[in-house]
Amino acid sequence: MIPTAVIGIGQTRHAAKRPDVSMPGLVREAALRALEDAGLTFADIDAVVLGKAPDMFEGVVQPELFLAEALGAVGKPMFRVHTAGSVGGSTAVVAAHHVSSGVHKRVLTVAYEKQSESNAMWALSQPFPFLPPVSAGAGGYFAPVIRAYIDRAKAPDHIGWQVAVKDRQHGALNPCAHLQLPDITLEQVKASPLLWDPIRYLETCPSSDGAVAMVLSSDASTCRNPAWVLGTSVRSEPLLFAGRDEVNPRAGQLCGADCYAEAGVTPDQLDCAELYVPFSWYEPMWLENLGLFESGWRAVDAGHTKLGGRLPINPSGGVMCSNPIGASGMLRFAEAARQVRGTADAHQVDGARLAMGHAYGGGSQFFAAWIVGSTRP
Amino acid sequence: MSDSDHTHETAPVTRFKAPTRLDYTVTAAAVTADFLRHILEQRLVGRRCPVCAKVYLPPRGVCPTCAVRCHEQVEAGHAGTIDTFSVVRIPFEGQVLEPPYVCARILIDGTDAPLLHIVGEIAPEEVTLGMRVEAVWDDRPLPTLARVRYFRPEGGTP
Repeated sequence: MIPTAVIGIGQTRHAAKRPDVSMPGLVREAALRALEDAGLTFADIDAVVLGKAPDMFEGVVQPELFLAEALGAVGKPMFRVHTAGSVGGSTAVVAAHHVSSGVHKRVLTVAYEKQSESNAMWALSQPFPFLPPVSAGAGGYFAPVIRAYIDRAKAPDHIGWQVAVKDRQHGALNPCAHLQLPDITLEQVKASPLLWDPIRYLETCPSSDGAVAMVLSSDASTCRNPAWVLGTSVRSEPLLFAGRDEVNPRAGQLCGADCYAEAGVTPDQLDCAELYVPFSWYEPMWLENLGLFESGWRAVDAGHTKLGGRLPINPSGGVMCSNPIGASGMLRFAEAARQVRGTADAHQVDGARLAMGHAYGGGSQFFAAWIVGSTRP
Repeated sequence: MSDSDHTHETAPVTRFKAPTRLDYTVTAAAVTADFLRHILEQRLVGRRCPVCAKVYLPPRGVCPTCAVRCHEQVEAGHAGTIDTFSVVRIPFEGQVLEPPYVCARILIDGTDAPLLHIVGEIAPEEVTLGMRVEAVWDDRPLPTLARVRYFRPEGGTP
C-alpha cells in the first residue's frame, strides 16, 4: 500500500443551531479550513469522499449531489459512504484507501450533520410494522445495553458520572466543542433527570450542527507535520442474532484487533484515543471492547483516561461535547490526527506520537478505526 | 400597498419549513404472514434454523448466522425472562406510549434471541434483570405483535 497521510484538517464550530450557514455552507466551511491547513485549493483535489448519517435525519435524499458544487467536486469522482453513526469513521477509511490504493493522489473527505434542520430522535423512534411501539431514540436503544454492562461488570453508578464530567472538562479546552461546561460536577450529573433509566441527561451527548474535513495525500512533502495512516479497519455484524453480545460486540473486537495488526502496534503503545462515546457509559465499554483496558470502569475510576492519565480518552471532549452525528466519527479520526501532528492546542497530549480514532453506529453494528502516527511507515 | 408590505414581499427568504408526509402500505412476506396468522390465534410461533437449531421469534425466513432458509415452525411459550431493560422517561415527538414505561429485551421460553416489548402491571423501579414475565393478550384480533399488550410479572403483580 502507498503510505498515506493526513496533511490538512478543518472543522466548524459545533453548535445546537448554525442558522448562519446552509448545509452547503457548513460543509464548505470545514473543507476550506482543511484546504487552507494543507496549503491547497479545490483545484489540487482529485476526488471527494463524503459521509453523513441516514438521509432521513434531515429529509434530504442523496445530499452528496447537491453538495458537490460547495465541495469543488463537480467533474471529479465523488463517493458517499453510509454506515449510520460510524459513518464519519468509515468515510475517513474509504478516503484513506482511495489514496493508499494508488487510485488518487489527494483526496478531500468531509462529514457533517445539521441536526437543527432535522429531528433525529423522531427519525430513530419510528414504529416498525407488526411490532410494538418500543423505539425511543438512540438512548432507548442503548440504555438496556448499558444496564447489562453495569450488571455484568459490577460497575458502580459513579463511573458514568465521572466520564460525563471528564469529557466536559476536556471539551472546555476545545473552542470548537459545542457544550462548554467547564465547571460541571459529579453532583450535577447525578442530580440530572433520568431520560432512559439508567442514562441521565448529563450522561448524554448534545444534538449539534457541524462538519469536519481532512485532506489525505500520498505526497506529504509540503506538510511539516503529517499524520501518517498506519492502520485502518471496518467491521460489521447483524443487528440481531442468537448469542449476540451487544455489550462487547465481536465486530468491535475484530475491528480493533485488525487495526492494531495493520498498524503493527499494541494497545499499550497508544498515547491517546478518540472513541465514539455518545453516552458516558460507552467509554468503559469500548475500553474493554478494543482491548485498551481489561476493566474499563476501573480505568475510568483510576483516572487513567483523563488528560495527563495513562491513556487519555477523548481529549477533545468527544461526542459527549459535540454530536453532529455524521461528523462525529470523522471528528474522532481528525482529532487523533491532530494529536500526532501536535496541533491540538489546549487539549494536546504531550508528545503524542500514536493515536487511535474510533467510531460505531447502528445498534452497535458498524465499527471503524484508524491508528495514525507521527512517523512515516 | 404599504411600505411594510412591500418590505415583507422583497425580504430575502433565508429559511422555510417544508413538511413532507409518506403514507404506505406494508405487505407482510410469507414468513411474517404465518407469524401474524398465529398471533390471531393467540399463539407465538417462531422458526428454527436447520443448521444452528436456534429459534427466532418473530420468525426469520433466513437464519442471520447461517444464511439458510428456516422452515420448521416452533411453538414458543407465552412467558420469558427479562434479559435487560430500560425505563423510558423522556417525552418525544411521535411517542405512542405515555412515559415512564419499561422497555425490555425478553427471552421468550423456547427461543434463542430476545424480543423487544413493554413490561406493565409493575412499578418501573421494581423491574429487575432475570425477572420472569408473561404475555397479556389484547382481546381484539390484531395482526401484530402488539396484540401482546405487554408482559407482566409471571403469576400476576407481585
